[in-house]
Amino acid sequence: MARSHTGEARRGLGASIALHGTLVAASAFALIPLLWLVLTSLKPKDAWISSDVRFFDDPTLANYEYVLTETSFPRWLLNSVLVAGLTTVIGVLIAASTGYAISRFRFTGLRSILWLLLVTQMFPVAVLIVPLYNLLGRMGLLNQYPGLVLAYLTVAVPFCAWLLKGYFDTIPTEIDQAGQIDGLTPFGAFWRLVLPLAKPGLAVAAFYSFVTAWGEVAYATAFMTGDEHYTLAPGLQQFVSQSRAEWGWLTAAAVMITIPAGAVFLAVQRHLVSGLTAGATKS
Amino acid sequence: MTTGTRRDAPGLAADRTVRGRRRAAGPFAGRWSAHWYAWAMVAPVLLVMGVLIGYPLLRGVYLSLTDATEANVGRTIGMNTIPATYRFVGLDNYVQIFSDSEFWLRLGWTFLWTVASVTLTVGLGLGLAMLLNRRLRFRGLYRVILILPWAAPAFVSTFIWRYVLNNDFGLANGMLRAAGLPTVEWLDDPTMAKVSVILVNVWLGIAFNMVALLGGLQSVPRELYEAARVDGASAWQQFRNITLPMLRPVSRTVILLGTIWSFNQFPVIFLLTRGGPNGATEILVTAAYRDAFMGLRDYSGSAANGMVILVLLVVMASLYLRSLRKQGEVW
Repeated sequence: MARSHTGEARRGLGASIALHGTLVAASAFALIPLLWLVLTSLKPKDAWISSDVRFFDDPTLANYEYVLTETSFPRWLLNSVLVAGLTTVIGVLIAASTGYAISRFRFTGLRSILWLLLVTQMFPVAVLIVPLYNLLGRMGLLNQYPGLVLAYLTVAVPFCAWLLKGYFDTIPTEIDQAGQIDGLTPFGAFWRLVLPLAKPGLAVAAFYSFVTAWGEVAYATAFMTGDEHYTLAPGLQQFVSQSRAEWGWLTAAAVMITIPAGAVFLAVQRHLVSGLTAGATKS
Repeated sequence: MTTGTRRDAPGLAADRTVRGRRRAAGPFAGRWSAHWYAWAMVAPVLLVMGVLIGYPLLRGVYLSLTDATEANVGRTIGMNTIPATYRFVGLDNYVQIFSDSEFWLRLGWTFLWTVASVTLTVGLGLGLAMLLNRRLRFRGLYRVILILPWAAPAFVSTFIWRYVLNNDFGLANGMLRAAGLPTVEWLDDPTMAKVSVILVNVWLGIAFNMVALLGGLQSVPRELYEAARVDGASAWQQFRNITLPMLRPVSRTVILLGTIWSFNQFPVIFLLTRGGPNGATEILVTAAYRDAFMGLRDYSGSAANGMVILVLLVVMASLYLRSLRKQGEVW
């Protein structure tokens, strides 16, 4: 509904209560699990084994201290930053050059490449995971960070190329032409003129690549073995394995993972949605 | 340097038909060097995708036609190389899959899970988007809170839910007990486990749909509603005849993305219930993963399952592309 005709002033009291009531209920549903996470992380180690609901229970940072000093969590965090960082840098670079080519050039094979990029986004992990596992094993990249980065590139690159193509489409081709008249090669025009103009699109692609690698579970769980090689997703599963459940540690670790990722996310989410929907609806 | 073709005035992305025609001419079209450059710039991606998607895919097709398991694929232990002893078995794995009644149950559940997840996330997302599209006090605050579930990494959120839904120590049962109600076996009862995984998936997915649809709502021209009101259209008629048709490009996209994402949703089910209890919440993707990496690793069975999933997804992709073509895209 358009904003103009349903101003607060013209809404009846009952309608106002229903409106705000619904939104408050939805907000509570969205917020409660996250609040419960933070509250649990602040309780003493074994407080989670309590069947009655208590919001505060001797607040302490003991879980954080333990996770940071006594477990491999800092190592997992470092591994995740490393893998996600590499995925982001490499992924955005090659996705940008591909996105530019399919946005600007009309060449034989263009349609097949567009197809390929779209269809690979739909490949389920289950199809690729075994052959990829064997392939990485043969290349000696199993349980190695470069192997995991390569696996994540297969997820991040097709999507980012698609997204960046949508972004490059909005940059007038007159800019490239002006650059060519001044003697730049097509690649030079891309690198010196178009890329700097596409910074917002690149930021979204970088964010998407980072988050993909940061939150991926299946490849990380299957390809990495040994405490010191784990990234966060398989690492955290150690806290709540079949044999034990240390929810205090898990929640503390989860809070530390979520705060930086969430802050960046809230900053870029507007662009992310327009990128996602634009990339998918435009050709 | 220019191609010399007449081109329309620079159009923005919104102006799609004009762009399509204009770019058909392209800035570097019709020149050999354009092809050369284009392929050079696409090459790294083709290389990565060829090696890491193309080869595994072909290999997967081959494996799905053999009886390869962990025991017979051959490997190198120290100095000794054990040769592979698996053989080509034709379509046996597929016959086995399609004659397994569990597969059909799982397929039914996978579809139910996908349809329920998409319907609920899109429906609730649209409802919230329409509420937020009004002039409203605390609008910004509601918006930020409602987006938060999207901000946490999915595997972290799934862990939180596993704790919240825990039988003995979880918040959900704790609140039921405090209210004097009987507790629910959220993750241990087969039916409730299905409800729970959908609940968690919906919780994760609403925010994206809400934000995308809110963007769509805000681009609907206000004059349309004003004209409709002058003509005496009711709120429902305005919704049916203005809001829904104007939202179609966005809603089609979110429905298709939601379908693909739910169909392939691995972390929620794997981390929340591990497919249990007794396989009740196992969808095709988690089942194929389990075949490949749990117990005796059944590589061939998993590969065959993967192919079945892939075929289902390619059918969906074709339907998607056909709908794009109807919109007048270049496909």
